[in-house]
Amino acid sequence: MSSVAFENSRRFHFGEALFRTLLYVSAGVVIVTLSAILLILYLSGQHAFQHFGPAFLWLDQWDPVRDLYGAAAPIVGTLASSAIALLIAWPLGFGIAYFLTETCPRPLRTPLGVAVELLAAIPSIVYGMWGFFVLAPVMGESIEPWLASTFGWLPPLPSEDNPLWWWFQGAPVGVGLLTSGVVLAIMILPFIAATTRDVLLTTPQLLKDGGYAMGATRWEVVTGIVIPAVRGSLFGAVFLGLGRALGETMAVTFVIGNANRMPDSFFAPTASISSIVANTFPEADAGSMKLAALFALGFILFVVSFVVLALARLLLRQGRMAA
Amino acid sequence: MKSTSMLRRAALCAFAAIATLASVGAAAADEITGAGSTFAQPIYTRWAEAYAAQGGDSLNYQGIGSGAGITQVINRTVDFGATDASVTPDRQAANHLMQFPTVIGAVVVSVNIPGVDGNSLKLTGALIGDIYLGRVRMWNDRRIAALNPGVTLPALAIAPVYRADASGTTSIFTNYLSAVNLAFGTTTGAGSSVSWRAGVGAPGNAGVAGAITNTRGAIGYVEYAYVAENHMQAVQLQNRSGAWIRPTVESFAAAAAQAPWANSPNQDASMINTAGATSWPIVAATYVDVPTNPTDAGRAAKLFQFFDWAWKNGQSQVDALHYISLPAAVQNRARQRWCAVQANGRPVFSGCH
Repeated sequence: MSSVAFENSRRFHFGEALFRTLLYVSAGVVIVTLSAILLILYLSGQHAFQHFGPAFLWLDQWDPVRDLYGAAAPIVGTLASSAIALLIAWPLGFGIAYFLTETCPRPLRTPLGVAVELLAAIPSIVYGMWGFFVLAPVMGESIEPWLASTFGWLPPLPSEDNPLWWWFQGAPVGVGLLTSGVVLAIMILPFIAATTRDVLLTTPQLLKDGGYAMGATRWEVVTGIVIPAVRGSLFGAVFLGLGRALGETMAVTFVIGNANRMPDSFFAPTASISSIVANTFPEADAGSMKLAALFALGFILFVVSFVVLALARLLLRQGRMAA
Repeated sequence: MKSTSMLRRAALCAFAAIATLASVGAAAADEITGAGSTFAQPIYTRWAEAYAAQGGDSLNYQGIGSGAGITQVINRTVDFGATDASVTPDRQAANHLMQFPTVIGAVVVSVNIPGVDGNSLKLTGALIGDIYLGRVRMWNDRRIAALNPGVTLPALAIAPVYRADASGTTSIFTNYLSAVNLAFGTTTGAGSSVSWRAGVGAPGNAGVAGAITNTRGAIGYVEYAYVAENHMQAVQLQNRSGAWIRPTVESFAAAAAQAPWANSPNQDASMINTAGATSWPIVAATYVDVPTNPTDAGRAAKLFQFFDWAWKNGQSQVDALHYISLPAAVQNRARQRWCAVQANGRPVFSGCH
């Protein structure tokens, strides 16, 4: 009897230890993979970092003929297209989320919510093809000429004599910074809307009821109570969308214009880090400076995305603590 | 006891899996494998189908881009690498490679100008160079109008389109622009991917063709087959003799005949901007690089048999895809070069004696 009991307990302990080890291994796999990827990206790109020094970050040339590579244009292209996407998707996403949580008639809530989430299920190649074949001609023939005639008077920055940024001037080609921003906005909209909706749901009903009881309008409740209560989390929702926009490859490659130059207006074709890597990686020879520069770009994108995600977590946590 | 039997079962499963994998590997080992140029991919694929249909060995060709194809053959992961940009003799020697041309193709310039028949539009290489430098920006530019009297050109912005990916087609086109436009040669230069001063990039020949048809005011360069198959408009170019030439298979063949093949020990005679009254100015050969010390002599022999067969019997495929064949003398000189690929001190190609 006793020997059987002993046997059982020993087996139990053995199982426990095995399970615990398995858990550690599973968690460890993530950490090891992550650091291995970061390390490999850095080591493979080291050659470019050493050769160009910190100037790699602000050199705006990408010239395979002379073997001169700088990351400025793709970094600016990545950040600018993502910023445009955020400017469009943030208010829209907040509007959708607020509508779904507060004003939407109950029977419509689920179908609308599902429709928004379905946007997230569309493969990025489909967004790319739609952007290239449908959106780009519309942008080039209607929207961009209209923008040019309406806002073309805006003076270039920083000055007329030394123009670096032309706002809404230039050839309306249809593909470029603005078009990729619009496509990205649609792609990140479901992420922003869904996260914002969840955040809004965390606003204590008591606070809102208190506001209404004091005679506040819906607008006053939103701006005076809901937004202050979940402010941090709202930023977190946006950063999650931003994280996706920064790394998006396929759709952006179709519509950004793939010009490895600094954009000088909203219409200008440019490149993002991921589009430049996708386009030039297959023909970058082993051991070449070009390949090293591409790995260095990958490393930069990794770091930027990592910082964005870390910020998102921080803000989401703050929001949760405030609530 | 139980755990041992489970272990044994697991080992059996693993063994079975390895055996399956090994048999797949064995089946694939008979295939000739190649990788590289997308410019040449249509013709290699079509030749391979016809060759296999006649009972020949099967060929597995991956169009991964010229640069990647050469990297693969240097690493000896494929039997041959295919490239549109000729590998220098030094690099061939350093990596024990032997190169020969296989077939010739042409690059043409296509436009999309509403109200203008692109096929009758005339442009010079120097002008196209300035367009791609961003110096000529409107279709009603005085220099374009001067070449096209009687054509009403719209006040439309020119949208140059180029290949976003590194491409042999780009290499051929930029070599031409550098040859005929000094400023283009010194600022942008020639290569499979260059630092364009103006325009937008689209992926692949098909992507450029799509961007041209999609964009009002576009100009772009594509392999001739894409223009012929999609009924796009291709402009006339002025060749070295000053004649206006339409892109046709005859004008490509005229350029190939003009090329100084006999004076080209590396078999990579330039067909860019050749002399001759009827020559199309942007013509180039595509090349295959094979190891001179093949890891598998049998497959190397099959590879040469394949190209030998293709040159003798593959004319209908060449015509259907709008390429042109190498001159017979060039093919024969290439066959002699094959004899340099040896195993155990003897050439692997049966045509060598």
